[in-house]
Amino acid sequence: MANYYNEQIKFEMESSPLMQRIAELKERDYADKDAYADAPQDYADAIDSYHKVLDIVGDITANIIAPNTEAVDAEGPHCENGRVRYAAKTYENVQAMVQAGLNGVTMPRRYNGLNMPVTVYTAANEMVSAADAGFENIWSLQDCIETLYCFGNEEQRQKYIPRVCAGETMSMDLTEPDAGSDLQSVMLKATYDEENQCWRLNGSKRFITNGDSDIHLVLARSEAGTRDGRGLSMFIYDKRDGGVDVRRIENKLGIHGSPTCELVYKNAKCELCGDRKMGLIKYVMSLMNGARLGIAAQGVGISQAAYDEAVAYARDRKQFGKAIIDFPAVAEMISNIKAKLDAGRALLYQTARYVDIYKALEDIARDRKLTPEERQEMKKYQKLADAFTPVAKGMNSEYANQNAYDCIQVHGGSGFMLEYACQRLYRDARITSIYEGTTQLQTVAAIRYITNGFYAGVLAEMEQQTVPAEYESIMARIKTMTEAFNACTAKVREAENQEVLDICARHLYDMTGSIIMSHLLLQNASKSKDLFEQSLHIYLNHAETEVEKHAKWINNMTPELLENYKQK
Amino acid sequence: MKIVVLAKQVPDTRNVGPDAMTPEGTVNRSALPAIFNPEDLNALEQALRLKDKNPGTTVTIITMGPGRAAEVIREAMYRGADGGYLLTDRAFAGADTLATSYALSTAIKHVCPDVDLIIGGRQAIDGDTAQVGPQVAEKLGLNQITYTEEILDCKDGKIVVKRHIDGGVETVESALPCVLTVNGSAAPCRPRNVRRVLQFKRALAPMELAPGTTYADLPYAEEYEKKPYLKLGQLTCADVNADLQQCGLAGSPTKVKAVENIVFKAKESKVLTGSDEDINGLIQELLASHTIG
Repeated sequence: MANYYNEQIKFEMESSPLMQRIAELKERDYADKDAYADAPQDYADAIDSYHKVLDIVGDITANIIAPNTEAVDAEGPHCENGRVRYAAKTYENVQAMVQAGLNGVTMPRRYNGLNMPVTVYTAANEMVSAADAGFENIWSLQDCIETLYCFGNEEQRQKYIPRVCAGETMSMDLTEPDAGSDLQSVMLKATYDEENQCWRLNGSKRFITNGDSDIHLVLARSEAGTRDGRGLSMFIYDKRDGGVDVRRIENKLGIHGSPTCELVYKNAKCELCGDRKMGLIKYVMSLMNGARLGIAAQGVGISQAAYDEAVAYARDRKQFGKAIIDFPAVAEMISNIKAKLDAGRALLYQTARYVDIYKALEDIARDRKLTPEERQEMKKYQKLADAFTPVAKGMNSEYANQNAYDCIQVHGGSGFMLEYACQRLYRDARITSIYEGTTQLQTVAAIRYITNGFYAGVLAEMEQQTVPAEYESIMARIKTMTEAFNACTAKVREAENQEVLDICARHLYDMTGSIIMSHLLLQNASKSKDLFEQSLHIYLNHAETEVEKHAKWINNMTPELLENYKQK
Repeated sequence: MKIVVLAKQVPDTRNVGPDAMTPEGTVNRSALPAIFNPEDLNALEQALRLKDKNPGTTVTIITMGPGRAAEVIREAMYRGADGGYLLTDRAFAGADTLATSYALSTAIKHVCPDVDLIIGGRQAIDGDTAQVGPQVAEKLGLNQITYTEEILDCKDGKIVVKRHIDGGVETVESALPCVLTVNGSAAPCRPRNVRRVLQFKRALAPMELAPGTTYADLPYAEEYEKKPYLKLGQLTCADVNADLQQCGLAGSPTKVKAVENIVFKAKESKVLTGSDEDINGLIQELLASHTIG
């Protein structure tokens, strides 16, 4: 039986020394082992459970979701009487995931969750995306529950989390017609209904993924008269209470299975989540970071699918008397897809592990005071997670697009026809570098860690890793790239010109991503030559070219040249 | 309700590689992965749907085979079955469908004398006989409904079943208890449930333990004491009071005379050109053999 849980993902679940710490923190030293029949006894048992969970996801994605993808893409969802009806096969996918118990994956067991680390959830997410990137949206919005868990009160947790664990869906209602990247402009009105002692929502939202979900997290303006982010609060809307209708669903380029809704709120009853005025400043930022890691996983999933499709076609297709995979021009494209896939995946899971450690410590801090060492540890990993998340999201979504493009190219003329899966991957990939913050906004989020030297410090630490003698020359090449990166950073900083910094940011960002991924692939290949050596060589060749290109670009940049970029 | 599901571990004959057969013409079991017989999974799904609708229903798996066949019991528990029994004994070895049906019927009488419903797949992909279900019904003196597509209703001691027949379906009713065999075209079995997998992943039948060891010698040994469900049921010939003369080879009237390797090849071929003469000749020939016309 086909199974999407491949050796590379398995490797990421157990190869890092951080995994032991993650399991120990997440399981609170295995305190659940006597209270819950599904709780692990120790680290080895926990890792075994992670593999078993992911094996089931790999089975369902390969044998139920993937075979449905084409039909879902062709049918798409429907809007009927203010409600969404999914494509017929989407319901089969939803049912399979619910029957398998794959909801509320990261939630604590006391709310019926599986208490799995973010790293394991991310792997599941990647596989769902590889099978159907549109369905990934619907399934992975369960991640919103993390925000409700972190900032909701205990009554709200007990009310909503078990429902999500049982398979109810979620959505995050943020975007409005005039508030896309700029969420400070959100105008949906929240007013307090004194008579009924509850909040009410009035207005509309747009581009809401899975907007007819069971439980919504809604960003709305609770402070009348304000115009910026400080007047926004987060609310929970329960579909059982009614009051929100779907006006229409968008006709999109890709991810057809995922309904993108325009919502109308008519005096909809809702509950305040957390504190007033903290909606955007604190809660949406947390929601976004989780969502961005999710999109990074979605990108990796699409890249995996692009690789699989490209290889299968190139082995099968014969021209000039041989399979086209044997022509260097085709082999190069496929190798590049694989190298970017392996590199991007290494970055994805490194980021997920950082998120896991700080989130688990943050959770422990809800029950007891952390020791000074633990506090320090939490801060360290939170900073790493904050710095790595925008790079993982931006780079993997760009790679997904590049890989889907190359996948069509490998197919030649057939790839332009709608019969092959590569065209869907190409369409589905396109949104990943746009939603949950465009690549340009990921750059904005990452740039401060570049200019303040944080990444330089991370890279210097990565250079201290010991590698097998045969890889020392590779380490030397990565060091050379890092020197070029540091020189470029210094040049941009010394220019003391915000516009120069802004226009160079994307180039510095790409350099950062390329070098970090080179290090991560080197570390992976040092542990498993079989799985990663080929990609290491190819990726390094790619990264060096990229770094050199961007260095040249940055070195050419002057305030005078910049003037020419301004559109008059 | 008490439901027994009969399931078999079979070599996966759907994924046959070049080494699937031994030179002697028998199935090379080591070259084929052992799987849950596909139609038995359809049968399990029908049982689990009844359990969903009727809380308090128990679904018990009975499978006959060597130690590794206990995997079938675990797989069924991962999907929702309550437990199961591995029917295993050297005396059962070499059983044909008659001896297998006898052994299974004695096991059902032993573990679930007040069974309401026995469900199995229509047939196993290694033998394709479709005999075991009906023979179990005969041995137990129960009604049987074969080729089940769907259970439409089950209450007040009656079951209504949609069954597949040539050219369509028919709906039949039977008193309980009875035996159903289920088609591969019935609803596919639900996936494994994560929480159940984590709960039952260590479940083992005694036959699966290394010779001379006990549950106390296993990793996490204390778990087997705390959670008795991790020790899967196991039954021998003596446990079910089976008559040795009706078991295994002794109880199998089927005797294999010889096994032949059949290689299909084209007998003879004829080359035709596109000429009118050749086409006319072919038409005449096809008319004569009543292939066309």
